[in-house]
Amino acid sequence: MISQHIMARFGKAGTVFLFALLIVGLAVPSLNLFTSPDSALHVPDYILALLGKYLCYALLALSVDLVWGFCGILSLGHGAFFALGGYAMGMYMMRQIGARGVYGNADLPDFMVFLNWKTLPWYWHGFEFFPFALLMIVLAPGILAFVFGWLAFRSRVTGVYLSIITQAMTFALLLAFFRNDMGFGGNNGLTDFKDILGYSVQSPNTRAVLFMLSALALGLCFIIARLITHSKFGKIIISIRDAESRTRFLGYRVENYKLVVFVTSAIMAGIAGALYVPQVGIINPSEFSPANSIEVVIWTALGGRGTLWGAALGAIVVNGAKSWFTGVLPDAWLFMLGALFIFVTLFMPKGIAGLFAGWTTPAKEKKNADVLAEAAE
Amino acid sequence: MGTFKNILSAIFFLVSVSVASAQDVGGLVDSLATGSFSDRGNAVASLVASGSPVVVPILQALSDGNLYVRKADSKVFIATESGEVFKLVDPATGADAGTAQKAEIDKIKVNNSLRETISNAMSGLTLFSKDGKTRKDAALAVLKSGDATALPALEKAIAAESDPSILAIMKTAAAAATLKSDKPDDAKLAAIDVLSKYTDRDTASLLTAYAATVEGALKDQALAASAKIEASLNSWAVVQNVWYGLSLASVLLLAAIGLAITFGVMGIINMAHGEMVMLGAYTTYVTQLLFKAYLPGLADYALIAAIPMAFLVSGAMGIVIERSVIRFLYGRPLETLLATWGVSLILQQAVRSIFGPTNKDVTTPSWMSGSIDLSGGLSLTLNRIAILLFAAAVFAGLMILMRKSPIGLQMRAVTQNRPMANAMGIRSSRIDALTFGLGSGIAGLAGVALSQIDNVSPNLGQGYIIDSFLVVVFGGVGNLWGTLAGAVTLGIANKFLEPFAGAVLGKIIILVAVILFIQKRPRGLFALKGRWVEA
Repeated sequence: MISQHIMARFGKAGTVFLFALLIVGLAVPSLNLFTSPDSALHVPDYILALLGKYLCYALLALSVDLVWGFCGILSLGHGAFFALGGYAMGMYMMRQIGARGVYGNADLPDFMVFLNWKTLPWYWHGFEFFPFALLMIVLAPGILAFVFGWLAFRSRVTGVYLSIITQAMTFALLLAFFRNDMGFGGNNGLTDFKDILGYSVQSPNTRAVLFMLSALALGLCFIIARLITHSKFGKIIISIRDAESRTRFLGYRVENYKLVVFVTSAIMAGIAGALYVPQVGIINPSEFSPANSIEVVIWTALGGRGTLWGAALGAIVVNGAKSWFTGVLPDAWLFMLGALFIFVTLFMPKGIAGLFAGWTTPAKEKKNADVLAEAAE
Repeated sequence: MGTFKNILSAIFFLVSVSVASAQDVGGLVDSLATGSFSDRGNAVASLVASGSPVVVPILQALSDGNLYVRKADSKVFIATESGEVFKLVDPATGADAGTAQKAEIDKIKVNNSLRETISNAMSGLTLFSKDGKTRKDAALAVLKSGDATALPALEKAIAAESDPSILAIMKTAAAAATLKSDKPDDAKLAAIDVLSKYTDRDTASLLTAYAATVEGALKDQALAASAKIEASLNSWAVVQNVWYGLSLASVLLLAAIGLAITFGVMGIINMAHGEMVMLGAYTTYVTQLLFKAYLPGLADYALIAAIPMAFLVSGAMGIVIERSVIRFLYGRPLETLLATWGVSLILQQAVRSIFGPTNKDVTTPSWMSGSIDLSGGLSLTLNRIAILLFAAAVFAGLMILMRKSPIGLQMRAVTQNRPMANAMGIRSSRIDALTFGLGSGIAGLAGVALSQIDNVSPNLGQGYIIDSFLVVVFGGVGNLWGTLAGAVTLGIANKFLEPFAGAVLGKIIILVAVILFIQKRPRGLFALKGRWVEA
């Protein structure tokens, strides 16, 4: 049977996750579009946008889980890849505004007219074409991750040192994108988007499609990550996580494995950012802030690192709580988030996924996991 | 030019002849109200000639249009508008002279040439002021303008001056004035020589401008002197960058050195370190409030009292964090990173809830405000000097504590080999708490210093945490000397990049450089060697 085949491939929890995603991806936009606003089942527009945002965050958390949960690389700079993907998408949509901007300049985005620039900078060329923008969404974070990872992994920068320099990387990008001279809109970033591929970003249909695409991207990336981590390649990256030197002595080129995982993960984060921007309507340098990247790590930790679906779930749970708390008790949210960081690290090292551990993992695999966990300590 | 001659003769008169009495001034002031503008110029000259100290405010009032004549008796008063009426002040004695309606008095009018006369006369008068700063400013004004008419007054003032630093400025000013006067060429050559010793950008441009107006030896000399000043200015600029760099380095060192203990020595990634700094700054604020409320006379010393207070507050908070969170996470550095980040969020929000989100005002004590002026336009502000000395003192104290005291020995023992230290009878868990408390306490000390130069707000610590980590990692973990070297290198490099690249780009370059440096030397500038490197 197909379902048994899927089950074997993705595990019990993974299968449930994929089905849930399929249902959410179809049901939420349908309930938004095809029910009348007074119906009890109707999903209001703002909820659709909010859930769409959560799906992008979930994909970002999934990408962090891939490097941290399976390869032991604690990246505190994944927000940078997310933001780069977002900027690539934002630049495409800025070019689509054309002469409809405040200054009515068909060749230059508003902020460039405001800065009194005469011509488009070279790095903006090509972004008027959607395929080029798609390419850059993958290439910009991918190349940054490749260069950064190639340097860092080859010189065996590991553990906290790597975490600190990833943080320095995103901080440097934050400062760079804040500069008006960079040509990315300074601290206002890119906004006032009109349409994407000719469809208005405000229209309910476009929003519903973007939501479905987010769910699809999350599902596909989950499948890819799951296939990677459960292949022979996956076994090696897990062994790198648990005993890096030993893996190296067994003859594996550790740096190459790490680099592949790191770049794959960065591309996933970039795709998440690219889907996030049209749904939120703005991208600005604050997305690069180190605090954002650290927060992604706690989503992953809360959900359960090393499970993929747990990370996605963690992102949705934490952001749901954030939306609710900032609405009801704005002052309490940082207390909550802070307590969550402490509580999860002290008492829930396996996260929410750990609560379901007996239910999701077959006994044999669980035993192996325990042995691995002991070896790691 | 007639008025100029009047002024000059008046100044000679002033210096050589005795000082007139207040009655004479009163009579002279009244003559200001009569006659034409040129008569008024003569009256100003006579006033200046009286040499009385009350003349300066009178001339100032005349120039500002605050001098009025009462129609009834033609007496002159300094008048200020106060609601419906004008308050009158007797110009000669400074005594209150009642009030007057607007219709009862007339403003004494001045034109531009009279205004110029007044301002020249004032600069002549202020050269003899009792206040040293006024004399210095007057001399500097002449130096900047190179006004030849001020020369005679300057020469008299030089003869009377007793303060050597003001004397030097006056001599330079006299040299500048000589250039534009009709003195012989040797006097001008000597003047150029004097000016070439005064390192100042305005003097350099004055000399260049002068060189364009003359020929021959004078021109060559002036150009050479200007070039000499430029060269000396450039070397001063280097000194200035080094000073700014050291100043930044002292701040980085203070912020990072506590981290060097907790991260370097204990291997704990304390993301709440910045909040320990912030707590120190708020402790300073609270100490200052308490002093203002209960010991107003000693308010200037609140900062001194804040030093032990901040150490205790931040240190105690550090021990609480260590006992309640961190001790469960030893050996899992990435988990401590996340947990302490949580602690930092809670502390930030707590401070925001208690003190509010706005910046708190911490005043700089009087003994720390002001600056020391060096030549070449370099001025060292006292609070920066104090912070530099404070950073050095904290570093030295910490070094002695770690190297010479029993507790420092125990700390190093636990860091290097915990089981062996336990076997020797050291209670390692107590040492852990104390070490963490020490690192946090030092962060609190950093907060005291930073409260003087940065905004005391709940976000204070966030601005320093990444820099601090970079300093520690760059310098080499587990090595306090490395932290010092890291702070000085990054501080000075940053300030040397700023003039070329701008503040933000300079910072980005530093960040990228450190990232690349870590690739080359993953364990920092001064890496630990030996068997406990991997631990």
